[in-house]
Amino acid sequence: MAELVYSYYPGCALHSSSKEYDISTRLVCEALGIELRELEGWICCGASSAHTTSDLLGLALPAQTLKIAEESDLPLVVPCAMCFSRLKFTIAGLKDNATRNDINKALDEELGQEIEVESLLKVLDGKTISIPVTKPLTGLKVACYYGCLLVRPLEVTSLDDIENPTMMDGLVQNLGAESIDWDFKTECCGAGLPIARPDMVLDLSYQILSQAKSLGADCVAVACPMCHSNLDMQQKKMKSEDGQRLNLPILYFTQLIGLALGLSAKELALRKHFINPLPMLRDKGLA
Amino acid sequence: MTVDMITNPTTSNQLRKLIEARSGQKMLACYQCGKCTAGCRAAYAMDLAPRQIMRSIQIGLEDEVLTCNSYWVCLQCQVCSARCPREIDIAKVMESLRQLAIAEKSKPPEKEVAVFNRIFLKMIKRYGRVYEAGLAAFYNLFSKHFFANLSLVPSMLFKRKLSILPVKVKGAKKIARIFDRVKEIENEKVSG
Repeated sequence: MAELVYSYYPGCALHSSSKEYDISTRLVCEALGIELRELEGWICCGASSAHTTSDLLGLALPAQTLKIAEESDLPLVVPCAMCFSRLKFTIAGLKDNATRNDINKALDEELGQEIEVESLLKVLDGKTISIPVTKPLTGLKVACYYGCLLVRPLEVTSLDDIENPTMMDGLVQNLGAESIDWDFKTECCGAGLPIARPDMVLDLSYQILSQAKSLGADCVAVACPMCHSNLDMQQKKMKSEDGQRLNLPILYFTQLIGLALGLSAKELALRKHFINPLPMLRDKGLA
Repeated sequence: MTVDMITNPTTSNQLRKLIEARSGQKMLACYQCGKCTAGCRAAYAMDLAPRQIMRSIQIGLEDEVLTCNSYWVCLQCQVCSARCPREIDIAKVMESLRQLAIAEKSKPPEKEVAVFNRIFLKMIKRYGRVYEAGLAAFYNLFSKHFFANLSLVPSMLFKRKLSILPVKVKGAKKIARIFDRVKEIENEKVSG
């Protein structure tokens, strides 16, 4: 019997382009005695396309998933920063009577106001549950990248400092790694624009990666599938001034926890990244 | 002296009123410190930076605002709102401008962003979830960028990161109904 039981909302990306986030999340939670029960019938949160089209659509789509979570009677854990943000915005919306009426009308349901939603990072940050490190990540320098939506707006997410969050840094230090101090922790990577404005995503993501690289980071740790795909999948298209490739691995924080728990690179699906982290990890004796 | 007093009384304040109603933000509270623009990662790609958007709405430069690309390339990263010393949710203003442009079916200066969003929402309405292969394929078709994003496809396939066929979520009919109900509720508000 697991100590902690959560409903689990993976979101669309974790079922396709970010499978390694889903795989490592499930493995690490199992190893830590956290049971995840995937919500049956969850739907897309609408991401930024829904709320920039219509306020109500941007609230009604996450509300449908919240309704299913409410029926599960368990707290809901969310790995994706975008889904987490949209669910939290919806919970904030439900506190306003007029907005709640509109949401209920759109769904033809009655939603309560007390649905507990937690980000996966918070659940695994080492404070809720202790992490029995068997293979410390000694000698690994990590740039912890939080992105936008986990931390902003503070009154919606209530997670960490908006300018200099530290929860992921604390976590990787507990795993035995070193976290670097840098400027781009919460600077946007280009979000949902890689298809429509790839030029912007390459500019913004390159700036983030080049600082991490210049400060000696061995890898960047992320907690968002969108950040991951911009920094990893698009990285080979980025050019530095001297024509060198950055070749900077981007890992999910769950994969770092997994390595410290002694799980293998294969189990943690590390080969699914476009920038292969294995040579770097092998160099350091970590894989 | 308030901003109202220094604006030209003959200019229109219609856009300001519309955006205030939609966003719930007080446009005249902005005192042009520029903090929003200093922190904005997308400002370099915008016709009007966030500070200029705020000012243009204050003084009724409606054509300039309605035809600019700013709220189409806004990333909704929320830095402007988090740092505004006047506590204006500037990202919400940007969002309201885009919603207004969509509702009015105006021609978007960033066609690609608009096409992407429209297809993204169509996918959710139909399947309940986003199915990335279809999203990219329909995007290429409707944006007429037929060969966009193809370079990533082989690696994505080999890494099993791309599902070729959509998975329809159970109860997808209800999702389509939510989209329709949202439209009805919004129309009631406009006409009521």
